Amino acid sequence: MKSYAKYLGKRILYMFLTLFLIASITFFLMKLLPGTPYSNQDKLSEEQIFIMNEKYGLNEPLPVQYVVYMSRLLGGDLGTSFQFNNTPVTELLSTRVGPSLQLGIQAVVLGTTLGIILGVIAAMNQNTWIDTTATFTAILGRSIPNFVIAVLLQLIFGVYLKWFPIALWNNGFSSSVLPTLALAIAPLADSARFIRTEMVEVLSSDYVELARAKGLSRLTVAFKHGVRNALIPLVTILGPMAVALMTGSLVVENIFAIPGIGEQFVKSILTNDYPTIMGVTILYSAMLVGIILVVDVLYGIIDPRIRVTNEGGDE
Amino acid sequence: MNNSKQTVDETIKLSPDMFNPADSSDKVDNERISAPSLSFLEDSWRRLKKNKAAVISLFILIIFIMLSVFAPIVSPHDPDFQIVSHANLPPKIPGLTINGLNGTQALGDTRVDKYEQQGVPEGVSYYLGTDGLGRDLLSRILHGTRVSLLIAFVAAFFDLTIGVIYGLVSGWSGGKVDNGMQRVLEILSGVPNLVVVILMLLVLDPGIKSIIIALAITGWISMARVIRAQTLKLKNQEYVLAAKTLGESPIKIAFKHLIPNLSGIIIIQTMFSIPAAIFFEAFLSFIGIGIPAPTASLGTLINDGYKTFRFLPHLMWYPAAVICILMISFNLLADGLRDAFDPKMKD
Repeated sequence: MKSYAKYLGKRILYMFLTLFLIASITFFLMKLLPGTPYSNQDKLSEEQIFIMNEKYGLNEPLPVQYVVYMSRLLGGDLGTSFQFNNTPVTELLSTRVGPSLQLGIQAVVLGTTLGIILGVIAAMNQNTWIDTTATFTAILGRSIPNFVIAVLLQLIFGVYLKWFPIALWNNGFSSSVLPTLALAIAPLADSARFIRTEMVEVLSSDYVELARAKGLSRLTVAFKHGVRNALIPLVTILGPMAVALMTGSLVVENIFAIPGIGEQFVKSILTNDYPTIMGVTILYSAMLVGIILVVDVLYGIIDPRIRVTNEGGDE
Repeated sequence: MNNSKQTVDETIKLSPDMFNPADSSDKVDNERISAPSLSFLEDSWRRLKKNKAAVISLFILIIFIMLSVFAPIVSPHDPDFQIVSHANLPPKIPGLTINGLNGTQALGDTRVDKYEQQGVPEGVSYYLGTDGLGRDLLSRILHGTRVSLLIAFVAAFFDLTIGVIYGLVSGWSGGKVDNGMQRVLEILSGVPNLVVVILMLLVLDPGIKSIIIALAITGWISMARVIRAQTLKLKNQEYVLAAKTLGESPIKIAFKHLIPNLSGIIIIQTMFSIPAAIFFEAFLSFIGIGIPAPTASLGTLINDGYKTFRFLPHLMWYPAAVICILMISFNLLADGLRDAFDPKMKD
């Protein structure tokens, strides 16, 4: 247990190191970019720019600005947005976390549930046409870009069938259905594929053989002995899944006009709103690093067979 | 056998002339291996050929690669040449009368021949229609596929080179060097590559080169991990130890002993990183920070098509179909290659 605490401490230290590094790199990259933060800079005189720079602390030498930025960051202050009339980035983003989180969670729950079912069915009917169909479905889900799926869903269910709003975010649950579906495809494909491999392995293990030899039914064996053990390693793909969702949310939120982080991120990129870009970068990284840490820690607790090794989570 | 032989002897009279001396050449050949001996690649190729999906994918990919390599020759029109009077024409394939491919477009309840309406000369037809600036969609798709594949292959090549070198050095050195290099990987893997790619694109000038650099910077990490793990395993194999004892230099060992044995894994990893790169390019172009106009890539074509997809859906669906076919083929082929190279991994 002592070694575990030490391991955990080390991991948390690395987590902060990673975040520190990301924040620093983003800061200096943003400083490299040309232009001033003022949208009407052509009309401003030298003096006006100087006064404005003074106000925002932009006349200080770079190291000073860096220290100021980093110390504010510790207090949760991400600076001021260039685009949205002096709105603090933290405020700008905090109103947008809700929709993104809701969609993300719905997509993960829906995707993994369907994926597990698909994977289990495939593994139980290994090397039959059912297996082939399920595997091919998973490959389709992994191959078709999420923006194509999103547009397809929008066209079929929004434009032709009119079951759900085409792009709207004020209708409660019904406006979240299509984006959730579009986002759920990636976790579905990943988990189906993963669970199938795990199940096939588990189903040929000794304890499953024993359960079968005792005369338990196929379903009991599969669900009581198989799925339970196959599910544990699924935790490990939560990290990559989160990355895929972040990437996916950028396009899906744009296509369905959802006021989430992803939509804001794209908007900020296109309008060179550097403080917001930095804010989202740090937010995304913090989320990912946090998820990887939680997954690693959880995995050690859920499955005692896994001894703490030095291998971290996947990217 | 002995018992039955005795009974046979007792019941049937055997005369010596019923027997011929055995052909001595038979005896010698008893131990011969009749099947040709196969190298690793030949053996894998044999297994891959049994996988129908992978073979079909390979075939499709070869066609697409050929088409994109020869895009400047194959294209019926110049992909960047704008004829504004020919804008937004629907697909027209001479001789076909199927709606949607005969140059007509539904306008309310009736179908109108857009080619006639816009005064396009008789012989001119655009097989997949034209975009809002009158550029031929088929030519743009061919050139776009070329750009997308170019980005994917070059980025995958950089992934491969950086990843293999990093993994080999880390695994081979061991000790402190390995430890340090692994910590670096650990930190890097905490950075979402989406964020890195976007930051890189902001700093570099937009274009094909920047996308390749951005993809290469983020893509090599998983390759490095896999190569390192395998190098650690191979390092203690007898043939490597023997080479080491004979005084072979590490670089020579890497090229003669390690890389050939890692080739399967390298190919599989690369095959998975190509569709990932195709996707990322399309994704970046779709959100508007990819390839700048007028260069076409599959992503920019889908993005352009999406803007008008309710009225001119073909502008989006054709490039989208191409990217889907490419992605599916690459993924199926990669799966097939994985099974072919490592039969143990097949479940």
